[in-house]
Amino acid sequence: MSEVLENLRSRTLSALLLPALSLIAPPASSTEIPAAQKQSDYESMSPQTRAMQDDDSVNPGMFWVLDGEERWGRKDGSSNLSCADCHTSESMRGVAARYPSFEVESQRPIDLQERINICRSRRQNATPFRYESKELLALSAFVAYESRGVPIQITIDERLNPFFDAGRALFETRQGQLNISCAQCHDDNWGKRMAGNIIPQAQPTGYPVYRLEWQELGSLQRRLRNCLFGMRAETYPYGAIEYIELELYMAWRANGLKIETPAVRP
Amino acid sequence: MARALINVPRKARRGEIVEIKTLVSHPMETGYRRDNIGNPIPRDIISRFVCMYNGTEVFRADLFPAVAANPFLSFFTVATESGTLEFQWTDDQDNTQTASASIEVE
Repeated sequence: MSEVLENLRSRTLSALLLPALSLIAPPASSTEIPAAQKQSDYESMSPQTRAMQDDDSVNPGMFWVLDGEERWGRKDGSSNLSCADCHTSESMRGVAARYPSFEVESQRPIDLQERINICRSRRQNATPFRYESKELLALSAFVAYESRGVPIQITIDERLNPFFDAGRALFETRQGQLNISCAQCHDDNWGKRMAGNIIPQAQPTGYPVYRLEWQELGSLQRRLRNCLFGMRAETYPYGAIEYIELELYMAWRANGLKIETPAVRP
Repeated sequence: MARALINVPRKARRGEIVEIKTLVSHPMETGYRRDNIGNPIPRDIISRFVCMYNGTEVFRADLFPAVAANPFLSFFTVATESGTLEFQWTDDQDNTQTASASIEVE
């Protein structure tokens, strides 16, 4: 714990020094995790939790995947179309590894859940699913499951740049009553312990994840809300652009790590 | 929604000890929690699990509110003859969910 505090203190110090330094050199985010040390949060789990994720007949996240597979072929909306009428499930391989991605019509990045809901409202003419609903989680889990083993590959182009920068800024900005940033835990102090738990790198490789604390599947947005709440910061409403920006930055940060959906996390 | 995931070895030698793994989807609501406006959430748990091997009970378990959602049970039995393993989960309201798996003994 004292090590963590010390680190926080040194970060505060560098924050104080930063304006002075920035006159000489552009402020580099020196705290980013080096590529060689980047790892899935699976690595910091107990052997028991890993065993749960490794065996599909033991992984409860598979309930949502199987449910999603069933929904994939179910016709819905006034167009009377199912996902399977337009896409083969095989064509979904690698898709989750490229999200969030830019959506031309709305001129902003969207995540996989929004993509599914856009397909629902524009193609199927059905009502979009509610965030964290069983239906949306099941379909997202099934689509992401198709990308299992595919390395995350996010390219930031000009259109994504402003959103990416906003996401990075959010990740590195102190907020909440505890006045801490995501980066202070997940970039600077990952691998150490906080309240007995190992601080993970926060790599979004397995979403939606089955979280033991939730005893059910949940999205990355739900997880981000948990973190914000823990920082005593105000949470954004589901679907807020701030989450998408954070998701975009985090996915880019996880480039090269493989998709594990449905992951199990403590 | 798929209700249960069963893992039984497809083949076994006679007399071999085999591991059986079962996972069933269930909220296992304890009855001790309250919703966000303070109303108690009624208890809803699976209270009994039974495994029958060709009609003979080989494993039984009583479950209580402290058991997590989507209960996972793993146990062992001796592979005596080819046949079917039947699994039954019973909740507080006496609703049952069933699943079965076959095993070939040589």
